[in-house]
This record gives sequence, C-alpha cells and structure tokens, in this order.
Amino acid sequence: MNAFHDLTLDKVRATFPDAIADVVDFRGERTVIIETDSLIPVITLLRDDAELRYNFLEDIVADDYYEAFPRFAVNYHLYSLDNKVRIRVRVLVDDPDEGPQSLHPMWKIASWLELEVWDLMGIRFQNHPGLRRLFLPEDWQGHPLRKDYPLGYEEVQFSFNYEEIDARKPYAQD
Amino acid sequence: MTVMTPGNDAVQEWTVEELRAKYGSGMEIASEENLLLSMGPQHPSTHGVLRLLVELEGETIVNAAPDIGFLHTGIEKNMESKTFTKALVMTDRMDYLSPMSNNLGYVLAVEKLLGVEATPRAQTIRVILTELARISSHLVWLGTHALDLAAMSVFLYCFREREYLLDVFEMVAGQRMMVSYFRPGGLWRDVPEEFEPAVRQFLDFFPAKIADYEALLKNNPIWLQRTKDVGVVSAEDAISLGMTGASLRGSGVDWDIRKATPYCGYENYDFDVPLRTEGDVYARYRCRMEEFHQSLRIIEQALDKLPGGPVNIDDRKIVPPPRSELGRSMEAVIHHFKLWTEGFNAPEGYVYQAIESPRGEFACYLRGDGGPKPARVHFRTPSYVNLASIVPLSQGSFVADLVAVIGSVDIVLGEIDR
Amino acid sequence: MTLGQIALRALIAGFIMSLVVITGFAYTTLLERRLLARLQARIGPNRAGYIPLPRKGKRERRLLGGIMQPAADAVKLFFKEDATPAMVDRVVYNLAPMLTVIPAILILAVIPWAGPILGYEEYFAIAPGIDVGILFILAITSIGVYGVVLAGWGSNSKYAILGGIRASAQMISYELSLALVILAPVMLAGSMNLNDIVVAQEGGWYVLFLPVAAIVFIIGVFAELQRAPFDLLEAEQELSSGYNVEYGGMRFGMFFMAEYMKMISFSAIAAVLFFGGYRGPFVDQFPALGLLYMFIKIVIGLIIMIWVRASLPRLRYDQLMGFGWKVLLPIAVLNFLITAVIIVLASEGIIAFPI
Repeated sequence: MNAFHDLTLDKVRATFPDAIADVVDFRGERTVIIETDSLIPVITLLRDDAELRYNFLEDIVADDYYEAFPRFAVNYHLYSLDNKVRIRVRVLVDDPDEGPQSLHPMWKIASWLELEVWDLMGIRFQNHPGLRRLFLPEDWQGHPLRKDYPLGYEEVQFSFNYEEIDARKPYAQD
Repeated sequence: MTVMTPGNDAVQEWTVEELRAKYGSGMEIASEENLLLSMGPQHPSTHGVLRLLVELEGETIVNAAPDIGFLHTGIEKNMESKTFTKALVMTDRMDYLSPMSNNLGYVLAVEKLLGVEATPRAQTIRVILTELARISSHLVWLGTHALDLAAMSVFLYCFREREYLLDVFEMVAGQRMMVSYFRPGGLWRDVPEEFEPAVRQFLDFFPAKIADYEALLKNNPIWLQRTKDVGVVSAEDAISLGMTGASLRGSGVDWDIRKATPYCGYENYDFDVPLRTEGDVYARYRCRMEEFHQSLRIIEQALDKLPGGPVNIDDRKIVPPPRSELGRSMEAVIHHFKLWTEGFNAPEGYVYQAIESPRGEFACYLRGDGGPKPARVHFRTPSYVNLASIVPLSQGSFVADLVAVIGSVDIVLGEIDR
Repeated sequence: MTLGQIALRALIAGFIMSLVVITGFAYTTLLERRLLARLQARIGPNRAGYIPLPRKGKRERRLLGGIMQPAADAVKLFFKEDATPAMVDRVVYNLAPMLTVIPAILILAVIPWAGPILGYEEYFAIAPGIDVGILFILAITSIGVYGVVLAGWGSNSKYAILGGIRASAQMISYELSLALVILAPVMLAGSMNLNDIVVAQEGGWYVLFLPVAAIVFIIGVFAELQRAPFDLLEAEQELSSGYNVEYGGMRFGMFFMAEYMKMISFSAIAAVLFFGGYRGPFVDQFPALGLLYMFIKIVIGLIIMIWVRASLPRLRYDQLMGFGWKVLLPIAVLNFLITAVIIVLASEGIIAFPI
C-alpha cells in the first residue's frame, strides 16, 4: 500500500466513479474489487494510462467461495513493468455461465490463462475465442477446482464383486 | 455420469463426438491439403509429454496447437486437503528440475499470509540453494536444448555437472530432487558442515565448465545458423504473451523479480540482469548462459556473509520444536503433536507471492480461510504461460525450428500440467 | 585366365570381402559407440564378451569388454518379432531395406584394397578390370537413396515420409558437387580406374594438390552418408528417426548395416582418391602391406566421422540445401575449372607443375 497504489485508486475513481465496489489491503497487497460490467474499461485505463502503465498481465486466478454469494471471484494480477508495482483487480461472479469479459483483445496471453480457469473452475468468459478442455479430457464432466466437486474414489474390484462394480463404471453405460 | 451437484446448470452433457466437433484442439486448419502432424506426447524433443498438433505445408509450420494435460495431477486441488506444511511436498513435483524454487515460492506465500519473516540465516541459505537450483535447472535446459539441435555431447557434459549439484541437494535435504527443504518459518534443518566447502568447490570448478560449453556452442557456425533469427519475438509481443524470465529478457525487457520486487534479501546482493535485444533463440540462449555467471556471483556473496543463528523463527505455533526438546518438554510435545496433526491456522485473506524461478515468474496465489488448510492455492507457473508463446514463435518456420523454439523457451511439463 | 576362372575368382573374393566388410560394419558400430561414449564422458558398452583374467585376492581383470556387443546386437535384431504395420505398402516396405543395403555392398566391387597380391596381376579388388570405377560408384550410390525414399513412402507414416522427402532433396543437392570434385583427381590421374588414381599418387597424395576438392569431397561424403551434421532424414529430435520409424528387427538393422557399410566404403574411396589408397612405405616390396595401410586409413576416416558427430549440431533442411547449392556447388565448379586450366597449362609446358 504505497503511494502508487493510492494514485491508482484515485485515477480509477476519477474516471469511473461507480466501478469500484470495494478495496482490500492485506499484507501489502492492494485488491480493487470492481463491478463485472466495468472490467474492460477499468483494465484498459490501468494498462494505457501513461502514469500507471499496468502493462503486464501476470495471472488470472479464479477462487471459489462456496456457499457465499456471489460465489466466484476472478482475480487479475496486473503488473507495471515501469513502476514495478502489482495490483489485483477482482471481480465477483455469481453465475459461472456469465463470467467476466475475456481480456484476449488486450493481451494475447489472456485467452490462454482463461482456458485454465474455464477448465478447472468452470467460469465461462464472455467472447472468449474458443473455450475448450485443456488439462482434462474432452469428455470430462464438471470442474474439479470447485469446492462442491465430489472427491471421488475408485471402487476396489475383487473377484466376487468384479462384475457388479464393473457394471457401475462409466464406460459400461455407453 | 453424475459428478456435479444437482441444481448446477453450468455443465452440460456432451458426447465425445460433440465435444470434438465443438472444441477439438482449438486449432483452425488452414487448408485441407496440408499435412497434420501430431508431435508427441511421446516424442524425443517435446520435453516431456507435450503434444503439439502441427499443420505443415511442406516443412513449413502453418499453425500449431499445444495439447497438454497428460501429466495433470490435480496438485492445486490436492493441496486444499492438506495442511500448509504437508501441502509443501506437492510443490516439488511441479517443476521437477528446480524444486527449490517451487518450495521457495510456496513457502514465501505462506509466510506472507502468516505475516512472518524467516531468519537472516534461513534467508541466505534459501538464496544459495535457489541459485544452485537455477544453475542445475539451466544445465538441464542447456543440455536438452543442445540435444534438440543434435549437439549431443553438451547434454552429457551438463548432466555430469548437474549430478554434483544433486549431491549437494541430497546433502542438505536428504533427497536429490524432491527436496521439500524450505518450510514455512525457515528450513527443515540447518545445512551440514560439509555444505559450505562443497559449494565453494563447485564455485571453483564450474566457471571452467561453462567455458567448455561455450567453446562447443557459442561461436559454432552451425549453432549460430540454427539459433539466430529463429523464433523472433519483439518486446511488445513478449509482454503481450506474458513471457517471463530469460525468454522475456532475451527480447530486451529488463524485468527480473529478484531486482524489481526483491524477496529473501536479494536487494543485498550485487548482480546484473543479462539482457539481449534480438529476441531470437540465440538471445535467449545467451541470457541463460550469462545467468550461470550471475548465479555464481550471488552464491559467492551469500556464502561470504552467511550469518549464524537459528534457521527457524522462534514461534512454536508455526515451526515444530526440535527433536532435542521433545524428550524433556511437555509443551514441545504438545506443539509437535498439534503441528503435525492439525497444523497451524492461517488468517483469512489472500496473498500473491512471485519469485524468479529459472524459467520465469513463478507465483503462488494463496487464500487462507482461518483454518489449517489452504482454501485455494494457485500457481502461476512460467512454463504454462511461456508454452503459449511457442505457437506464434514458430509459425512460418520449419519443423526443425519448432524444436529449437521449444528448447529455447524452456518448458517443464510437470509445471504446465500441475 | 579364362573367363570362368575370372568369374569364380571374383565370386570368391567378393564373398570374402563382403564378409569382411559386414564384420567391419558390426565393429564400426562398436567403435562408434565406444568412441562416442569416451568423447561424451561416458563408458559405452563394456560388458558383452569380456575375457576374464583371474587375479589372486582381487577381482578378476576383464579384458576387451564389449567385444561381443555387435554379435549380441545382431542376435537381438534377428530374434525380434518382425512386425509389419497394417497400413504399409507391403511390396515397397519390404523392398526398401534391400534396396538400401545392396548398393552399399556393390560399391565394394571396385575399391582397390592392395597392390598385386594373391595372384592378382595389377591390384587386388573384387572386380579389378572395371575402368570406370568412379562412374560405377556414383551410379550405385545414387540407387541407395531410393531405398530411403521408398522406405519413407511405403511406411505410410508422416514422420517417415518427411524423412524420405528430405533424403531425396539432400541427394540432389550433394551428388552434383560430389561428382564435380571427384572429377579433379580423375583429371589429374587421367583415368577413371581407381587403381590408376592410386598409382598416380606415387609422387604425393592428391590432398596436397587438391585440398579444396578434398574438403568438398569430405563434406559431400558426410551428406551422402547422412551422417551428422547432415543426418536430417533420420533427425531423432525432429522426426523421431525419420524414414526408418516404422521398421523393426533386422529390417531396421539393414538400414543401419547400409549406413555403416557405406561409411567404410566411402572412407576407402576417400583414401583412394585423395590419400594415396593402399600406397605407403615399403608397399612396393611387400604388396600385402597395402591391406594394412588401407585399414588404417579407413579407421582414421571412421574416427573423423564419429568425432564430427560428437561435436556438431545438425543443420536445418533449408540451410543444408542452401549450403549444397550456394556454397559447395560453386566451389566444386571453380575447383574443376581451375584444375582443368592448370592441367592444360602444365601439359603445354607454360607453367611447371609436378604432375
């Protein structure tokens, strides 16, 4: 929470008075929680402002606050190469099918980072050029990093119940 | 197949065929007449189990799409069900070529979340070991990169020196690769007496070995032909592609996290950040070769001023008591029991800690929910992000260049798939 | 001698020399593996077939470890299941290894191994009478590349076809300059007979008169043999061994056999053309010494090939073509012209040149 963080906040407040929902400071990191609709304008401002120059998109992380509302949070970690300052922009998402706008017009890497979020957390970014399964097989069901994803296990097959368990396996149902 | 909780409409039912038709590999095929070549996952130079679907016109690459996930082990999910300390062992398995860096990134994130800082001695040892890990990782990179371009001797020379470093890691941690040596609050235990002479000896003989590698490659005309003006990326593109580490510095962007936002006391060391402006495979190669020397400089300075004192912070709620106390202190036994069964509680909040791993920015996003287990761990791994740059870097070049590009961005599949 | 006797003699000599070279091929692989290992700080195959020498109180000494490694490899290759992939073109697939290995053996016919020994009047070769030995070699080696191309085509595999395409492209880029530089010693000796070229080098090896031609020839041979740094068509790292990726067992072994036998025969040809062939000290008194000199020169040639493989990275496809057409071919043509001019001037007596 240095002066530059405050400058950032002032600039965003001045341009988009309604965009900032909350500001969290924790362990020297500033998180700006913004409304989902104003994501693109705010990030454009952060990136293109001559003074701020948050021009490096480090990471996109989705977080799941299960049972809370809104349930999901998507963090954008932006870094200013010139000023050596990092800021976290966070949007809260309640319906994963209506996630935030994709940032791929602004950074080429954004669509790649969003793919990981979609694959593991299941947040569907709007206008993404092609969401697909990345780590998991194409026919995988569900998004395992969600808190309500059942932690399954493989049933052990013995000779006396081999057939019985085999019949329950997913491939048997095709 | 019912794996989702009821009432969640986000996931629809797809058949495999529908999914293939819908998503496929995410690659657009330019022409039906082109050759589609599947490189990997079993292929000598995809550095693990990367599969690249390559569209070729003759031998020219029109388009390529990486296909990953063959090594996906769900580390992030797994860590959520372990205590902060026990989850540490999973970080070794990500970038198996420099587990020390992964340990450091995670441990620093935990310490940041807890609001504690390691002792000076622990920090200096961490610096020495991560720099040694950087050298050992770069040795593997140099060897495999040279092997990809068929300079096979360099590979074996590099592994010979790496073996020495693995012995040093075994000396301090008892393990050659999966070290789990850095712990929240300090280290597993202090380094043994033989550690300093061993590292000094390495500092003595290693510069001559670097000269050997340079003699084989640096001015070799074939090496220059294969690496110069291949896989060129401009500074703007490199930033837009999120490239970090030597891949970014090869394009002339001066960003080293050790300098920009120092951790572990890196601001106290005198070292340079090698920079090249060409942005081609050769520039990235030069940057990494120069980092050998810089790492040696840092290690030497750190060894010279290695402070005494404890390696763990004096907080029994975080660091388990030493074994010597267990026999005579009831309190120590209770702490030991509590720490190894329940673990320590971390406050609510989320932190993001970035370090400069051998491959680039390795960062850990960590959320605590007040309990002893991380509520969410996410790793921003440099290999995963740098992998995306392979496609734009290799488009329009030859299959042989694709191999050079893969080698030069230095990916580790364990880190990509996590 | 009658025609029948000559034919019988050639048959016997051919049989024996082929056996010698095939054994030589096996031990070339051993030489390569051991030497490459030494150059790379490894040990290499050192177990199979050692001779145990018991010592008192100590572990036994093991002499000549690895000497049976080629035999073990051959046995392994022969006993491997000879699997044929389902989608291959069977005729082409089976033909390709043979088409590679037969030319490699045929080249041996014209190489002069020694002077007049064993009842040979002029020199010892399997087919001593061939006066167009150079042409024969050029013609036969060109057939060899068909084996590689057909292997790539018949395998019905993408990696293999890429290797095959590379082979044909490489062939046309290098045969031409190779043939052009071979002309220089031919002109100097005034004959296409390999023995005449050897005899003509009595005054001095041709490498001293034609250093450029010798260098271009050696580079061309590396390309012809598909050895590093020109081993594009079996680029392990790019094409995961290229044209032979679908082959297994002895069929795969035949490709290797062809490669290593060609290494031997081209070392011999290089020795003949530029390094005095079987000639050496006292060879006139004891013609059998020629065999020894030939052997030494071949081994040195092989060692250089292995050394280069251990040191150099691989060229890229287009760089190899560019090197062949833009560098080697002009040099070869210039070398050909200058040599011709000098020969004419020397024969007219305008300049003094020791030919």
